[in-house]
Amino acid sequence: MAGRMLAGLLAAAVLWAVPLAAGQGEPIKVGAILSVSGPASFLGAPEKRTAEMLVQKINASGGLLGRKIQLIVKDSEGSPEKATSFAKQLIEEEKVLAIIGPSTSGESLAIKNLCQEGKTILLSCAAAEKIVDPIAPYVFKTPQKDSDAARWIFQTMREMNIRRIGVIVSNDGFGIAGKAQIEKIAPEYGLQIAIAEVYDKGATDLTGVLNKIKGQNVEGLVNWSIVPAQALVAKNMKQIGFQVPLFQSHGYGNIKYVQAGGEAANGTMFPASPILVADQLPAKHPQRELLLSYKKDYEAMYKEEASAFGAYAYDAILILAEAIRKAGTTDREKVRAAIEDLKGFVGTSGIFNYSKTDHSGLDMSAFEMLTVKDGKFVRLKP
Amino acid sequence: MSAEQALQYCLAGVTVGSIYAIVAIGFNIIYNTTGIINFAQGEFVVLGAMTAISLHTVTPLPLAVAGAVAITAAAGGLIGAGLTRAVKRPTVLRLIIVTIGLSIVLRAAVLHIWDEKVRALPFFTGTEVSSVGFFGARITPQALWVLGICAVTVAGLTLFFRHTLTGRAMRACAANRTAAGLCGIPVGRMVTLSFTLSAAIGALAGCAISPVTQTQYDMGAPLAIKGFTVAILGGMGNSLAAVAAGLLLGVLESFSICIFPLAYQHAVSIAVLLAVLVFRPSGLFGSRDVSALKEH
Repeated sequence: MAGRMLAGLLAAAVLWAVPLAAGQGEPIKVGAILSVSGPASFLGAPEKRTAEMLVQKINASGGLLGRKIQLIVKDSEGSPEKATSFAKQLIEEEKVLAIIGPSTSGESLAIKNLCQEGKTILLSCAAAEKIVDPIAPYVFKTPQKDSDAARWIFQTMREMNIRRIGVIVSNDGFGIAGKAQIEKIAPEYGLQIAIAEVYDKGATDLTGVLNKIKGQNVEGLVNWSIVPAQALVAKNMKQIGFQVPLFQSHGYGNIKYVQAGGEAANGTMFPASPILVADQLPAKHPQRELLLSYKKDYEAMYKEEASAFGAYAYDAILILAEAIRKAGTTDREKVRAAIEDLKGFVGTSGIFNYSKTDHSGLDMSAFEMLTVKDGKFVRLKP
Repeated sequence: MSAEQALQYCLAGVTVGSIYAIVAIGFNIIYNTTGIINFAQGEFVVLGAMTAISLHTVTPLPLAVAGAVAITAAAGGLIGAGLTRAVKRPTVLRLIIVTIGLSIVLRAAVLHIWDEKVRALPFFTGTEVSSVGFFGARITPQALWVLGICAVTVAGLTLFFRHTLTGRAMRACAANRTAAGLCGIPVGRMVTLSFTLSAAIGALAGCAISPVTQTQYDMGAPLAIKGFTVAILGGMGNSLAAVAAGLLLGVLESFSICIFPLAYQHAVSIAVLLAVLVFRPSGLFGSRDVSALKEH
């Protein structure tokens, strides 16, 4: 009796183990659609470098479930059309388990339904809330919420007794979505928007529009964009003697903009991932260790400073890897559910708590209010 | 609107206009010799600025700019020489299409040699925060540098094209290629020279505007479009007209901001261009007779 049972168990184990063994050599295919070149390259390029670095690291330490990850990177050049055709290719031809990216909100929204219909997990590296609202079961995002960034800015403005503000945004997905958020949330904080303008994403000079805003006697200015014009705003304000506090979005979290703005960048305030001030965080900060290790690896490998954008891709892969480990399989539905079950997961951008109703995972605490001092990022309230 | 604010709009327009103008000058040189529009002119601007930024890490600024101008000019000359030899029956249309291809190749080359990051040369005088007061309004000193460089370039080019034998020979090539060749003018060498010269001026423009506009590998095309618009607006082939048209368009765009939302800025400039093309196809400052002759 016992012998027969043992034989049965053994047979079951063999049957169960066979497909597992067959799968062993086969890598887990993961796609990445990132704006490695083009106008949003400052997002996509560090994201690609980060993703490649992290996948290499995971593979070097044995991979996932004994299988290697095969990362297939596509450069969408910031174009929603290219992102769409790459998404089709990755889903239908490569049959990837998940897609990391795209880098921009416009591209992510363009492929949201494709991924849902193709049952391919999408871990977007873009910020717009529309990506996860309404929720598509297969679509997640790793950056902090736009609305939380706006709330941080407005809260700081209130503390500085600013009531009347000017707003400028770039004419791309990020800027336009941001403008809608700002106009919706500002009244909650008792702020009056005196003027809101949209500039070209390739703008090379903004003195004209800043002069117009200056004429409106505002007490503070918000610039919401991810384009190089972020450095121009600060310079042009100083050049025309427009002296009000300048607030930028979390898109400013790249030290290159501070360097491009030079002396003019000092005093700019913006909400950002704590990664930018990792070494200034208190020792007991839960993300400190992870952030310092990412920064050290990235900076050693690529000889450039780690930015908040690369961190979005880092979290995306970290979350996917954790979910595959927890699910113990690469079954799409099980991995997807495992992501939804992640609670208190420490990432570089914050502590992730996903649920059935929240595919963004982060709250206001994932931001820090930073400012620029002597060409460096520092915490506004150390 | 206060007088001070109006003046500030004006100065903002001058800053933008000076950028348009200095890019537009480069278009005119190749046009003057070959009758073609070089759509890779914007890439010469980016190439020049990027080279200067790299050179500036090891040499002082004036040397870096000079070096960048020389290197870009050499690249432009090589391209010009290659073009005239490689393209069989170099008609105007064929050469224009070749320059479009060239601009794509150069952009990709800049992306691979440097990378996607935004860079900028330091301001020639002062820093990011300095500005020159002008009856209560302010302008960055770099805009004055750009204007100054425009003035010197235009003066130099006018002298060169009107009063030197080489300059006149270059113009002869555009007027009638065959006749110029029959008179013993080495047409191919003149085309090479025009590419060299316009690459040099493109590079100089790139260095001059880099502190204001910042430099990124893909900014050549938008700059070239504005420069081209201004060149047409002024009247092709006339550098002084290009500068005047550049400033005019800059100031016009700037004042359009105070009436319309900023988003309509480019619509305003394109509307102006359309109006000029319909009513004065030879440009604001161009001569109808000359352009009629060039049609043939």
